Amino acid sequence: MMEHAPALVIAFPLFAAFASHLIGRLGSRIRDIWVFASLLLTWLFAVFLNLEVMQRGTYAYTLGADISSLASPAGFPVRIVLVIDGMSALIAFMAVSVTLASFIYSRRFMERVSGGGESADRYCSLVLLFLAGMLGMGLTGDFFTLFVFLEMTSISSASLVAFFRKGSSFEAAFKYMIISAINALFLLFGIGMIYSQYGLLNMAAIANEMVLNFSFLDKVALSLIVSAILLKLGSVPVHMWKVDVYQKVPSSVAVMCITSSLVGIYVLSRILFSVFFSMSALTGWMIVCLGSLSIIVGVSMALPQKDLKRMIAYASIAEIGYVMLGIGTGLAGMSSTFGTVALSGGVFHIINDALDLGLMFLIAGAVFYATGKTGISKLGGIAHRSASLSVLFIIGMLAVSGIPPFNGFVSKLIMYESVFCLNPVLSVIGILGSILMLSVFVKVFASVFLGSPYKGKFREIPLSMTAVMWIFALLIILLGLFPGLALDGLVSPAVEALLGHGIYMGVII
Amino acid sequence: MVTMLSLPFVAVVILVCMSLAAMLFKRNMIKIVMAVHVMGSAVNLFLISLGYREGGVAPIFTNSPGGVMVLPAPQALTLTSIVINIAVVALMLSFAVSLYRRYGTMDTRKMRLKG
Repeated sequence: MMEHAPALVIAFPLFAAFASHLIGRLGSRIRDIWVFASLLLTWLFAVFLNLEVMQRGTYAYTLGADISSLASPAGFPVRIVLVIDGMSALIAFMAVSVTLASFIYSRRFMERVSGGGESADRYCSLVLLFLAGMLGMGLTGDFFTLFVFLEMTSISSASLVAFFRKGSSFEAAFKYMIISAINALFLLFGIGMIYSQYGLLNMAAIANEMVLNFSFLDKVALSLIVSAILLKLGSVPVHMWKVDVYQKVPSSVAVMCITSSLVGIYVLSRILFSVFFSMSALTGWMIVCLGSLSIIVGVSMALPQKDLKRMIAYASIAEIGYVMLGIGTGLAGMSSTFGTVALSGGVFHIINDALDLGLMFLIAGAVFYATGKTGISKLGGIAHRSASLSVLFIIGMLAVSGIPPFNGFVSKLIMYESVFCLNPVLSVIGILGSILMLSVFVKVFASVFLGSPYKGKFREIPLSMTAVMWIFALLIILLGLFPGLALDGLVSPAVEALLGHGIYMGVII
Repeated sequence: MVTMLSLPFVAVVILVCMSLAAMLFKRNMIKIVMAVHVMGSAVNLFLISLGYREGGVAPIFTNSPGGVMVLPAPQALTLTSIVINIAVVALMLSFAVSLYRRYGTMDTRKMRLKG
């Protein structure tokens, strides 16, 4: 049973997604228990994968083979192969944990905003499908499966964007669907180009072939694939869909959308580190430039926003920029010490992003739950009605902008120091971005939480939502005070996995 | 040098460029969805032509007449991608229908998220 954990961790949410519709007929309480139990089981599988990787190191799982660890019986991989290493296990763990938290949060939240019943069934199965897509993208070892799971996340998240069935949410969903159709087809086009030369789809086997003969067509394919994934994660030249989507999607799903962007970052780094590593200097600089552009544009566009969720969406573009800065520097300085340090900063920032921005979106959702509004100018004086919400906002705000006792500070400091070795201007951009980010959030804090007490109707925020937000906040403080816990336990195996492309190829070939 | 075998690839490039142009410049939602579908078909054509071998037979080993076979993997990929493409197009069309019901127009210029 347990040796099949890599396959089960994807298959189980997929099964639960379709079953939850049927089980929903028995009553909403039974369905909630079912979804919660299946998420918990998936979470246990993800934890098991992490423990297994710690013991065995990188390993492959072949779907449908007699001996699952034997990836290429005839000298080349013939089946679909999942590769589990420090990085992909970390990403899988993160995706499941965030989904679990978002589901606990969403129970009362969705009851209020959608009215339960049939639409709650739809919500549960779409969330589970979304999770299965993200896990598949994280664990897969070949390009075509990557395409399939990418489409799965796109379709399920687009349906979630249109969940409220308003005109504007359909608009955002339509826009998102065009973008994701383009990116999936570009990805498939690039995959076809690679297949035409090597007749292979497995990433590690292709990387092995590319060591000997790297052609011009590979560069074309690289540019197609990278542009497709940049569209998916919403870095700057193609960020326009992201704000609409984050504004319209239910807040509990916005947290998952952030996680799916981070899974996109993982896919980008997996392809650049493990497959196209011979081009690392060029691609590294490209990612660094796009990342710093994202920081500048994201922060400066966040300043004039009038909607709370839209503002946080722009901040999330800037935060994705920080991760790209770290990972790009890791690529550009692949064999040097500062490159490794920057990469570990980038990987640590992936975890921190999910926590910090996740907390901000959950708070925005709680404000919406209590008041029914998200416009910044329509709100004010929330602190008089709910002190705990404003304390949470302060924690999230300081963590996002990288102020000392919180986790954002640790990863950003690691990046400032190491990015400086590549080019001093980059750390100047990073620090400036953080300062501007603080000013944006302070402005919003003042207008939403301070001022004369809020006059309108204020619904009490239920315990399940508050508890989830406090768990996020406690993790933020914990990782800020004891960063070594995450850096040694989760980040350094992930960094080793990304840098060790020899080991990655060795598992398959 | 353009031979008969490279003609499909020329068609693929033309179709992809046409559909990208349509997605960027057309204002009608139905035309945008059509452009997405055309692009999907272009990529499918690309995959199929990759696997084609001149004079090849279907890649079934049992009772095979011998000789060159076309590659099986691109066909499997294309089948999957056709199904996915249909799902995407159906979802987009349903969004377009709902948008038409809300706004009474297909023109994307008349609907715009504010902010």
